[in-house]
Amino acid sequence: MTLQIMEGSIAIAETVRLCRPQVISAYPITPQTHIVEGLASIVADGRLDAEYICVESEFSALSACIGASAAGSRVYSATTSQGLALMTEVVFNSAGMRLPIVMGIANRAISAPLSIWNDQQDSIMMRDSGWLQLYAEDNQEALDMHILAYKVCEDHDILLPAFVCFDGFILSHVYEPVDIPTQEQVDKFLGEFKPYQKLDVNDPISFGMYATPEYYLEFRYEHDAAVKRAADALRKYGKEFKDVFGRDYSELITTYKLDDAETAIVAMGSICGTVKDAIDEMRKDGKKVGLLSIRCFRPFPSTDIAKALSKVNTVVVLDKNVSLGAKGAVAIEVKEACYGSDVKIYDYILGLGGRDVRKKDIKAIVDLAEKGKGDMFYGLRQEVL
Amino acid sequence: MSLGIGCTARPGNSRNNKTGSWRVFYPVMDHDKCTKCGTCQLICPEGCITVNPDKTYTIDLDFCKGCGMCAKECPDKAKAITMIQEEK
Amino acid sequence: MRELRIHGRGGQGSVTAAELIATAAFTAGVYSQAFPAFGVERRGAPVQAFVRFSDEKIRLRSQVYEPDYIIVQDSTLIRDVNVFAGMKDGGIAIINTEKKAEYNIPKGVKLIIIDATKIALEEIGLPITNTTLMGAFAAASGEISLDALKDAIFDRFGEKLGASNFAAAKRAFELVKEDKL
Repeated sequence: MTLQIMEGSIAIAETVRLCRPQVISAYPITPQTHIVEGLASIVADGRLDAEYICVESEFSALSACIGASAAGSRVYSATTSQGLALMTEVVFNSAGMRLPIVMGIANRAISAPLSIWNDQQDSIMMRDSGWLQLYAEDNQEALDMHILAYKVCEDHDILLPAFVCFDGFILSHVYEPVDIPTQEQVDKFLGEFKPYQKLDVNDPISFGMYATPEYYLEFRYEHDAAVKRAADALRKYGKEFKDVFGRDYSELITTYKLDDAETAIVAMGSICGTVKDAIDEMRKDGKKVGLLSIRCFRPFPSTDIAKALSKVNTVVVLDKNVSLGAKGAVAIEVKEACYGSDVKIYDYILGLGGRDVRKKDIKAIVDLAEKGKGDMFYGLRQEVL
Repeated sequence: MSLGIGCTARPGNSRNNKTGSWRVFYPVMDHDKCTKCGTCQLICPEGCITVNPDKTYTIDLDFCKGCGMCAKECPDKAKAITMIQEEK
Repeated sequence: MRELRIHGRGGQGSVTAAELIATAAFTAGVYSQAFPAFGVERRGAPVQAFVRFSDEKIRLRSQVYEPDYIIVQDSTLIRDVNVFAGMKDGGIAIINTEKKAEYNIPKGVKLIIIDATKIALEEIGLPITNTTLMGAFAAASGEISLDALKDAIFDRFGEKLGASNFAAAKRAFELVKEDKL
């Protein structure tokens, strides 16, 4: 393993190159831009034998990916926020067609009001689309998850597309050390893409058929079953990943100092790093706090989460998104996972639209939970309300 | 039917769906009167009238919906097609 | 963990400075992290960029609020922004200005005033001061060596621009090191 320091977006572009996609189609949008600029350069420089399809919108970008994937190519795209929103119809189509497309999401807030800054509302809005959703804590995870996603998605027992989500700017624009795997490692792990079925003039097949009421329900059932099966596929290939690359992805959740914790913080993405530092400081003050980090939001690892939280008294869920009129998406699912247990679960909506989250905020939230105050937006500036 | 993953389909499946089952009238062609002008084949909305090597025409009743356009458009001097009511 | 906050204006190369300082530090064997305060991308708008240095892997993702070091690329910022906010006792503030003005600096903070614009104009021919101030930072903080900085500068700017930028950095490094400001 050799660490190099580079911008997150460039590390991701270089890793995507190692995955040897045959077709890339994307439309640039902040903060995803550096990834697709990087990939465009890589293709133009002849460092990757791929077709880079320039398009006029995100809708077209993912549509091109559908065509290319259906034709039997390994494909890549990346987007964020409004770009993902514009893709919506194609996001659902590509999943329903069971095409193993991998797409990077540089998580960003959704308009209006317009914001280019980070939260996780964009990928969360696609929660029900039938794509797998992985969330990276740092850039190493972001690039590892790209490789892992191809492996899982292309398994003929799974055949699903996947989002690899990493917080926009916070990860996409940070310079930090990463281990970029070697081509040999990636080739060994991924192998060549073998499509389950493909468009072929000599053996014709139609994609995107309609299903009548007699069959639609069954197609949705099978799609759901495949997303659920992906949990075990992620565990299996996450373990194989460790054998090749030395980093373990065999669990859909990770924990930090959770074994003896009285209070558990549940979070997703880059905020987990700040939470860990805050936990170290709270532990020094004698507070038994631990972290449960959700690496995979779809499929949702309910059983793993319920088990990991079975010994704590209080659960603090940090949501960088909100299902307006209800709660944060993570909290809703954590509560469902823990239904029937007496653990107290509090939700905190925070960090929306790029609001910085500090260690002291994490500590303040734990204090609020200890006082029984939760299910709220944290850090509201009362003077402007 | 077992479901294909992603709702894909092999070509030619529509041939299995016999769309002519519900018609009320079916066309009968009198080959002696037919002038082989080809109008019926051209205007058939289902494309179920085919031309044979001897220039006679065959109506595929599996797919004919019984609309009667062939009978209506068959030229006055021929009037080779008659619509007959199905016995149901 | 030590933290640096760079105050500049859009177009002055603050983000590049953060990236190159982090690169130089990492090359020399510590963990580092550099990122911008993702603001409006307009020339002249006040911007901030941050660097962290640590012997252990850096997990913290928040912005820098209690810096050990600050670099102020443009002294006119001091009117609008509290550039000294949260500075640690024993910290170092590097300010680019030609005037030896009196600043209301926090207790225990060492102030280094350098006319980086003059040096940059003479060495590079452009009033882009980031590399000059990186040289001053290397000398004042000891976080990065001049050699590591040289590699980072040449790697980013290439042979020709690298040479003039490194000349500016080296001149500032020596001025600070030899206390000849």
